[in-house]
Amino acid sequence: MMGHPKKMPDFIALFSISSVRKTLVSFVFSAFLIVSTFANHSSGEGEIAAGHPKAAQEVSASHDKPTKYDPGKMIMDHVTDAHDWHLFGEGHDAVSISLPVILYVKSTGFVTFSSSNFQHGHAAYDGFELNEKGSVVWEDKLNTESIYDLSITKNVFAMMLAVLSLMLITIGMARSYRKREGKAPKGFHNLIEPLILFIRDDVARASIGHKADKYLPMLLSIFFFIFVNNLFGLIPIFPGGANVTGNIAVTMVLAVIVFLTVNLNANKYYWKHIFVPDVPVWMYVIIIPIEIMGLVLKPFVLMLRLFANITAGHIIILGFFSLIFIFGAMKPGLGLAVSPLSVAFTVFMSLLELLVAFLQAYVFTLLTAIYIGSAIEEHHH
Amino acid sequence: MQLVTPAIGLLFWMLVTFSLLLFILKKFAWKPILESIRNREQTIEDSLSLAEKTKSEMIRLQGENESLLAEARKERNAMLKEAREMRDKIVGDAKSAADEEAKKLMNRAQDEIEKQKSAAIAEIKREVSILSVQIAEKLMQQQLENNSAQQGIIENQLSQLN
Repeated sequence: MMGHPKKMPDFIALFSISSVRKTLVSFVFSAFLIVSTFANHSSGEGEIAAGHPKAAQEVSASHDKPTKYDPGKMIMDHVTDAHDWHLFGEGHDAVSISLPVILYVKSTGFVTFSSSNFQHGHAAYDGFELNEKGSVVWEDKLNTESIYDLSITKNVFAMMLAVLSLMLITIGMARSYRKREGKAPKGFHNLIEPLILFIRDDVARASIGHKADKYLPMLLSIFFFIFVNNLFGLIPIFPGGANVTGNIAVTMVLAVIVFLTVNLNANKYYWKHIFVPDVPVWMYVIIIPIEIMGLVLKPFVLMLRLFANITAGHIIILGFFSLIFIFGAMKPGLGLAVSPLSVAFTVFMSLLELLVAFLQAYVFTLLTAIYIGSAIEEHHH
Repeated sequence: MQLVTPAIGLLFWMLVTFSLLLFILKKFAWKPILESIRNREQTIEDSLSLAEKTKSEMIRLQGENESLLAEARKERNAMLKEAREMRDKIVGDAKSAADEEAKKLMNRAQDEIEKQKSAAIAEIKREVSILSVQIAEKLMQQQLENNSAQQGIIENQLSQLN
């Protein structure tokens, strides 16, 4: 890190952008809190809806009245994973793509069935049912055996679609390049090549040095995986809209891969810097734990940054949309009046998210490259 | 809490998918693409340096041509000058030679004329003396006979002289 003073302006720019985001997020959240407390006071049903969605739905179905709108639940439903891919419609009219549920239980082995059997959480199947968070649990509440849920969920499916598109694009590109050896790229490849060159020249080679090309496939894969999934996440309808890179499991795997790459390739100078630093021996007590903490903290922060940025983006956009329905629930005309403002803000945020989609992919890749660079740097004192 | 709790299924599938992605892209996409880009960059660099070399070679050749041309021009000018000088010299020489010759001829002619003239005069003098002697002789003879006859003879002789 010390060897790259010229990178500093980039970080400053990032900080300023993230502070803008923080302001926006806090603004939206405070708007929410005000409006939702307001809404909850107006009727008793709101509390039931918040606590027990299934019960609330049943109540509303029997009373033939629209379900109480709960922005918090709606947003959480959208940014978290699900066993089916909800397209449109509410309650019993909901149209969704059913995805395979794959469960592993030690005593019975693998169990596979379609998620349509759960009927959006209204029915149990084969002894399993969905709880209010959407995870698979035993129908029999007394059964404590753990269920390993390896289902192809919405996020898994979305991620596979994104990865498949990425493969199609890049492998097609490779084939075209091989066919047109030595010639300029054509069409869509003109868009991809600058990104590849950017990662190669300004990220990998700038941060790692002459050994950069060895890590280039990895850095390119990380960058394009994050970038493509971020962009797919911004598409509001199928096959987009899933919050893949805003899921902690996805960013965790990426961070672990970065951690392993950095530490398995690290040279003796890196380890010496951690365990035998150039400080007086009595300071080892402080320095070594800090260094070891830093070892884990770096990928941990990578994981959190990507997760938080992308999730926050989704929440903000959904929040602006929710404003229409929150005000609409109070008075239909009010919702209509708020909608132009809401749409304008959503468009603005989507544009910002487009930038963030690139920026976060870039930051993740850049930091990975810098960590690798610091781990394999040769010291000549 | 649900948001920050990683689900085991997604962890598993993410690990599988990303490992596959890494492997497949490395083998079938990044390697050939990066290689193509490197080759293309090499080609462009080579072409550029070749163009640069050709250009400098051209400039060198052009300079050489120019100096050759300048040299040739100088040589031509020198040759022309020399030729002109030679012509002038030849013409001058010829002229002076001709003049001299003419003068010599003239002198010789004059000399000849002079000589001829003096010879002619001498001849005339000789003739006149002879004639005078003859006239004198005849006069002497006639005078001896008569005076008028003597007169006629002298006149006759004189008219014959003319």
